[in-house]
Amino acid sequence: MSRQIVRRLTPRLLRSAGFRFGVFYAALFSLSAAALAGFMWWSTAGLMLRQTNDALEQDGDALVETYFQGGLPGVTAAVKDRIASNIDDDALYILADPNLTLLVGNVNAWPATWPLDQEWGQLQVQRDGLNVDIQVRAFELPGGYHAMVGRDVSVRQKLGHLMEEALLWSALIAVLLGSVGAFAVRGLFRSTIADVSATAVAIGGGDLTKRVSIHGQDDEFDLLAVTINDMLDRIGHLMEGVKQVSNAIAHDLRTPITRARTRLEDAATHAQGEEELRSAVDRAIIDLDGIVGIFQALLRISEIEAGARRSHFADVDLSELLRELAELYEAVAEERGLTLSTEIADDLVLHGDRDMLQQALANLLDNALKFSPEAGRISIHARSEDGTISVAVSDTGPGIPAEEREHATERFFRGETARSTPGSGLGLALVQAVAQLHGGDIRLDDAEPGLRATLCFPVPASGG
Amino acid sequence: MRILVVEDDKDVANFVVKGLREAGHVVEHANNGRDGLFMAATENFDAIVLDRMLPGGVDGLRILETLRAQNNHTPALFLSALAQVDDRVKGLKAGGDDYMTKPFAFAELLARVEALTRRGKADTPVTKLSVADLEMDLLSRSVKRAGQKIDLQPREFRLLEFLMRHSGQVVTRTMLLEGVWDYHFDPQTNVIDVHVSRLRQKVDKPFPQPLIHTVRNAGYMLQLEEP
Repeated sequence: MSRQIVRRLTPRLLRSAGFRFGVFYAALFSLSAAALAGFMWWSTAGLMLRQTNDALEQDGDALVETYFQGGLPGVTAAVKDRIASNIDDDALYILADPNLTLLVGNVNAWPATWPLDQEWGQLQVQRDGLNVDIQVRAFELPGGYHAMVGRDVSVRQKLGHLMEEALLWSALIAVLLGSVGAFAVRGLFRSTIADVSATAVAIGGGDLTKRVSIHGQDDEFDLLAVTINDMLDRIGHLMEGVKQVSNAIAHDLRTPITRARTRLEDAATHAQGEEELRSAVDRAIIDLDGIVGIFQALLRISEIEAGARRSHFADVDLSELLRELAELYEAVAEERGLTLSTEIADDLVLHGDRDMLQQALANLLDNALKFSPEAGRISIHARSEDGTISVAVSDTGPGIPAEEREHATERFFRGETARSTPGSGLGLALVQAVAQLHGGDIRLDDAEPGLRATLCFPVPASGG
Repeated sequence: MRILVVEDDKDVANFVVKGLREAGHVVEHANNGRDGLFMAATENFDAIVLDRMLPGGVDGLRILETLRAQNNHTPALFLSALAQVDDRVKGLKAGGDDYMTKPFAFAELLARVEALTRRGKADTPVTKLSVADLEMDLLSRSVKRAGQKIDLQPREFRLLEFLMRHSGQVVTRTMLLEGVWDYHFDPQTNVIDVHVSRLRQKVDKPFPQPLIHTVRNAGYMLQLEEP
């Protein structure tokens, strides 16, 4: 049981990204402390050794000089003198005859292990019952005499131990600080990620209002939070759209379905004779066709919004497309006593979906015709300006009140003035979807009087 | 005409078969893809009405692709609930001559099926069309009725040409919109009626006998007699 817990705890700690992060930094601290200590050791110990060697060099040379001036007795006296004046007892002096028999010195004998041809080296000598490390220079005096000078370098060893100790302590502190840091970083990671993950869990559970909190420090975590929140806003917007549409379907399709059903049931129970029955059935078919039309428009809009139509994009001559549409609708306008005027610039080419553009513009013209009063005027203006192609369809009808314009492109929206006219409330929604498919937008203004619907499409500079 | 209907929905199939028979055609029916392919490949038909999603492991697209691969060019019309633009393109690419989406009006289906067979015969280039005393010269793009020249706008000319090519057949508003204007949507406004009525002013009004007739709940028909 307990072993299981241990096994479960260890990997969990290691699995924590914050902990790994902290351990990594602790290791980095220790490494840099070791590097610093190493460098200090190399420079101080090295300096000490060089100084010792310099002193030995001078000391030895001075003895050789003394031999030339005073011969063996002079040297012997000089060595004795130096031994006597060495109060700290940190120096080594040996003078031996050619057979390596000790003449004078502060040790018992010439060190037997010393190879005769070696000049520099270290010796271990007993001093006051202690082993002492001595840096030594051995040299020959004229006449075959041997001399050795040396200095106690055990201070260097002590310094080494000190360094070692310092290194150990610094490593210990680094590990300690690193561990604290690891836990602190782990805590920071945890608290930030816990917030993100709590938000995600809440959203997964259906609460779309939850957002990641921003600490206002403008750091990476805030950037992440802002990005996530933007994404959540977009999702929320889409969800809202879906909800709106399903509500609208429930409401707006229920009405015509109810009408068709009522008509059929009424005819089935009350119709007098076949003629009446047939006409009721015919009316019901018309109602059903209307419902199918709504479905098709909804599907078309979602098809466009999904962006799948972009694969069918090609260069479309918008000028020609508009002239053809104007020709198609001009006859209808004339028949209804309306005037349709056009002002279409040449060579308006747009990379897009021909069928969709036709349908969007036809929707605008359908609307203009539908809402035009007697002797009304409808105009189509199309031009290219500042990298934007704009197509405006204006009428002299009742227009859309300013407060309703914002909602006019929503699915199933029917303005106050449009309530009495037939229609599904999907026309402008489709126009907007088509505009957005082409990276453009639809703008609704007051044409004083009437409505001006303007489609704006951005055109890449190279295309113009 | 001998027509094959491949449709798995019993109600829709009965309705289509009954309607086509009432219109004077000989109709065979298959209720799954395998039987449909077998009948289409072994018998001669003037037209095929084909559902896309079919039981039996062979769907409508496969049937038509197989037939076309065998050099069988029987005109085919897809009748499908798959209504997206891409679905339509797929159907036409597979070798379909026309594509209708469900739900549909029977009058539209009948008009399109009958138009299919005419399309098959119009392979040889025609330079002159004539119905009763109405004559159209496609090369000089001139129209005469009873020897009298009629001036038409280019679009009116194409509208009349379409009606004349399908003389004696019902032509629906959607067919005109697709065939004459190349528009694949249904405008809310009665644009086609207005254009046909303009054409009538020029082609029928000055003469005692009207040629362009309105067929209730369906569309138009160009012929001498009342439909």
